[in-house]
Amino acid sequence: MQTNRDNIAVFSHVSIDYPLKKYTLRAVTDITFELKRGAITALVGESGSGKTTLASSLIRCISEPGRVAEGEITFYGKDGEERLDLLPDPKMRAFRWSKVSMVFQAAQSALNPVLTVREQFTETLEAHGEKLSKEEREAKFSDLLGYVKLDAERVLASYPHELSGGMKQRVMIAFALLLDPELIILDEPTTALDVITQNYIFTLLKQINREKGISMLLMTHDISVVAKFADYVGVMYGGRLMEYGDVRTVFHRRRHPYTAGLIGATPSIIGDISEMKPIEGSPPDLLHLPKGCIFAPRCPRCSDVCLTEEPPMREYGDGSKGKCYFFGEADDGKGN
Amino acid sequence: MEKATEQAKTPLMRLKGINMVFKKPGALFADKNIHVLKDIDLEIGEKEIVALVGESGCGKTTLGKIITGLYRPTSGEVYFEGERVSGTFDKKISSYNQVQFIQQDSYAALNPVRTIYQSLYAPIKTHNRKWSRARIDERIEELMGLIGLLPSAQFLSKYPHQLSGGQRQRILMARAISLEPKLIVADEPVSMIDVSLRLSLLNLMKELNEKLDMSFVYISHDLSTTRYIAHSGRVAVMYLGEIVEVGKIGDVIASPRHPYTRALLQAVPIPDPDFKGNDELPLKSMQLGSLENRGEGCSFFDRCLYADDACRKKFGPVKTETAEVLCCGLDRVPTAPVFEKIIQTEENS
Repeated sequence: MQTNRDNIAVFSHVSIDYPLKKYTLRAVTDITFELKRGAITALVGESGSGKTTLASSLIRCISEPGRVAEGEITFYGKDGEERLDLLPDPKMRAFRWSKVSMVFQAAQSALNPVLTVREQFTETLEAHGEKLSKEEREAKFSDLLGYVKLDAERVLASYPHELSGGMKQRVMIAFALLLDPELIILDEPTTALDVITQNYIFTLLKQINREKGISMLLMTHDISVVAKFADYVGVMYGGRLMEYGDVRTVFHRRRHPYTAGLIGATPSIIGDISEMKPIEGSPPDLLHLPKGCIFAPRCPRCSDVCLTEEPPMREYGDGSKGKCYFFGEADDGKGN
Repeated sequence: MEKATEQAKTPLMRLKGINMVFKKPGALFADKNIHVLKDIDLEIGEKEIVALVGESGCGKTTLGKIITGLYRPTSGEVYFEGERVSGTFDKKISSYNQVQFIQQDSYAALNPVRTIYQSLYAPIKTHNRKWSRARIDERIEELMGLIGLLPSAQFLSKYPHQLSGGQRQRILMARAISLEPKLIVADEPVSMIDVSLRLSLLNLMKELNEKLDMSFVYISHDLSTTRYIAHSGRVAVMYLGEIVEVGKIGDVIASPRHPYTRALLQAVPIPDPDFKGNDELPLKSMQLGSLENRGEGCSFFDRCLYADDACRKKFGPVKTETAEVLCCGLDRVPTAPVFEKIIQTEENS
């Protein structure tokens, strides 16, 4: 068993519900996994797989009316451990951004359009009771913006619309670093950006991760980005964690049929494209989930047992685990 | 003489010297000219798949709209099957249905208060006034089979919001092929589609290309899907409204020549955790140049590692062994491949 010195945060049997008028939608079902301290963990999944909901639960930013229905979320910070699902709201407000900050998908809507970058930075500092002199503050701002390779003087005086998409995303990253957090959540940070800017942003984030030792949780639908950037990966499907492990094991061993399907459906610019296959069928409807394994209707390895009972999480021994009756069965050990 | 060569080849589509300038309102009388496309020459052959790739803002969608006839270029000529279509547009626009467009956002592209049946029926009826209801129904049934949405009754009575993104994208494809066009311009058709469904849509487009002999212009910023769909076709790499490199996609990936293409390829993430690429891109600056009041010289000048004073003058494209490259200092650009090993898929069309 790992000690909590290794982990920055642990999800334990977490389920998240959206109570609606006529029924309750369970967006995240019984997820247990840990975020390793100092590492970059990716959550990969298609739209509606629950990755954003799960990550938002760390800072209680799940969109209304969602709430954590079951399970425990524990944060192991420098100042001791904290049960995030039990934290009272005022304490959560102080916790949010100072310990865990977030870089949102659309930087243009995450930044306030009527405040300059300087005003937004100052406002956040003040809200968290940081008492710095004007000089100290300015020095901190230029330090942070310099770190993300922006011209601080110009950017601080700018409104968001005066900056390009790539610049705004870099301002967001500097913003996320403002209160020296221990964990940064990255929600599809480069979706709206082109590949060159994407490469640049990820290089920057990796540098921040390595130099400052800040742990990161990255949500993405792009398998290629996971391969390039992350250390650990959790694969989500229909609100469940289907597989978790370190990136090399998950990619090379292909122990779970869904992960294998995703990798097999992602064309590469240099790899073999003659044997690519889409995953047949379509993603599950969370209100009408099939009995048994929710991936069974699309699964090439589906057998009778898969149709009757949901498979348990199976541990493989090397730290990887998967929700499949045949998890790792096809693994011949030659994957590497 | 030029006429003669035109007659000899007659590509399906030919763009000659296309320029597109948008006016951006500035302060009083100080309107700025935004030069979105600059001297574009491109040919699209029959049954060919041509991909347009580039960063956001490089003008690839604008070019797609000019090809489809949705925009009229500021200057330049568009020929379809040897016949000039730009300029004579106003009279001919209604019969210019041989080129169809598939939009990126399938939700916005379908009328939300019309059923799928109505959305498919309208264009067929408009262009085939004499067709009976039964004949159109038959055609719709056939289309639904082609795009793999069967039984069709299950989908036709629905409204766009009742379908998934992948299904809507298929409906757009059915609508585009309903008039049996010779060329389809698909603008980022899979960028909003889940990974597991992307491939089936790309396969569908490949199938239409092979079975119905339709040409495709595939617009994308994603070189990996581009390679997948157009692996036997050509790719045109665009930068700030210019085509900087055009060639067979295999050749361009294996031996990119333009400094921008080289940077673009190096930035593409590879779905293999053991792949070791150089994160440092061969670029001088991250900042995209400006489209306003452009000079004559190279538009990549500010970001190019190999630029010198000669690049400030006007120059035209250079033919290399495998591609056509718009770069005046090619001899200074390294020729080493960006990727050490590429698994080529042999398929000659």
